[in-house]
Amino acid sequence: MTIQASSDALVSLNGVNKHYGQLHVLKDINLQVKKGEVVVVIGPSGSGKSTLCRAINRLETIDTGEISIDGKKLPEEGKELAVLRADVGMVFQSFNLFAHKTILENVTLGPIKVKKLAKATADKDAMALLERVGVGQQAPKMPAQLSGGQQQRVAIARALAMKPKVMLFDEPTSALDPEMINEVLDVMVQLAKEGMTMIVVTHEMGFARKAADRVVFMADGQIVEDATPEEFFTNPQSTRAKDFLSKLLTH
Amino acid sequence: MSPQISAESDHSVNTLLNNSDLFITGFRNTLILFFISGFFALILGTVVAALRVSPIPAMRAAATLYINVVRNTPLTLVLFFFALGYPKLGLVEIDFMTAATIGLSLYTATYVAEAVRSGINTVPVGQAEAARAIGLPFTQTLTLVILPQAFRAVIPPMFSVFIALLKNTTVAAGFSVFEAGAIRSNLSERGEPAMAGLLWVALVFVLLVFILSFVQRKLEKKWKVAR
Repeated sequence: MTIQASSDALVSLNGVNKHYGQLHVLKDINLQVKKGEVVVVIGPSGSGKSTLCRAINRLETIDTGEISIDGKKLPEEGKELAVLRADVGMVFQSFNLFAHKTILENVTLGPIKVKKLAKATADKDAMALLERVGVGQQAPKMPAQLSGGQQQRVAIARALAMKPKVMLFDEPTSALDPEMINEVLDVMVQLAKEGMTMIVVTHEMGFARKAADRVVFMADGQIVEDATPEEFFTNPQSTRAKDFLSKLLTH
Repeated sequence: MSPQISAESDHSVNTLLNNSDLFITGFRNTLILFFISGFFALILGTVVAALRVSPIPAMRAAATLYINVVRNTPLTLVLFFFALGYPKLGLVEIDFMTAATIGLSLYTATYVAEAVRSGINTVPVGQAEAARAIGLPFTQTLTLVILPQAFRAVIPPMFSVFIALLKNTTVAAGFSVFEAGAIRSNLSERGEPAMAGLLWVALVFVLLVFILSFVQRKLEKKWKVAR
């Protein structure tokens, strides 16, 4: 069954293991994400969900197992890997906008240098993306002049500028002030509606309910549950998931 | 009393004016040495710093070896090698000026490399991860994202390296290069007072370093990276 599932999967992880020294952070992970699917990965901190997300574009290496994107196995470090990474958008917890470049330059750097687009074309596309995420006015500013929520929306635009096949979100709202979380989530929900394939590591249960096709629950480096949001939130199977959800609901 | 002093200072000014040819040629060669060596040291030093952070262990080892060997050798010995040792190898013949330029470049590059490397260390890891995530390969991640931020962070130590280079050029006087460090001995041959000559040389160096410091302040203001 897994073999069949993996054949039409856009992102496919098979038997992935990773250790940090003694610590076994990813234990035999199998996960298939189809085109257009929105998968939300949740779990207690230290469960390996961020590592899983970062392994998908090889910001973290894995010890054993196989990860493929659109049927292509992740290559070793080098030119080929760079080419593959261009197809995988990534949004980080700490935004990581290029501090020495303007907002517009942040978005156009990839298209100009990697996709070899003409500057005028890249600028035009970038402005359209910045407008779409609601920060068109900020184009000539430097990242430090923007609020966290605005910076994260620029980071999403920067990833989208590469026209990725899949978008990875590694706790995109965890570093934001509460009043800025929604402006970022709204952009993500919109993106999900437009059919983008997304893997989202988050603590935002509201987003999982609203936009996810599947919820993957991780604990201690393992995938414990893999269900629809409805099933997961109303009828969790494992004690770990029940425990996790009850802790969230007490406050 | 006072006429004597004025006579004395007149005499100093005369030392400068009557021998302006020596001062001009000397300092012209000093500036040539400085700019050419500085240019090559900046390029070589940046490449070596890049090698030191490369993912390939052999490259890191080569860069570390180069820095440790050359930086731990006194400049005089480095110049000795190029002025006196190198010709004995029977390779391409070079004049003393070229030898001094090569020696100063190789020596200064090790300091540039360490300054750049410390700059690279100030750039948050997330910057490189974001660059790799949009598909930039290692070289472009370094040249487009990391190094521009690293240079901005190390302007003060970098200028210290270049100020040191400017003054280090005088060591070349010991190897038959007529630059500012050789002005005094040439003045002595003309029977001019050595002390007056040295004071003028020192004054011009102070002026040149003052200009460098001015450029440094301008760049620091212009290139401030806000995080």
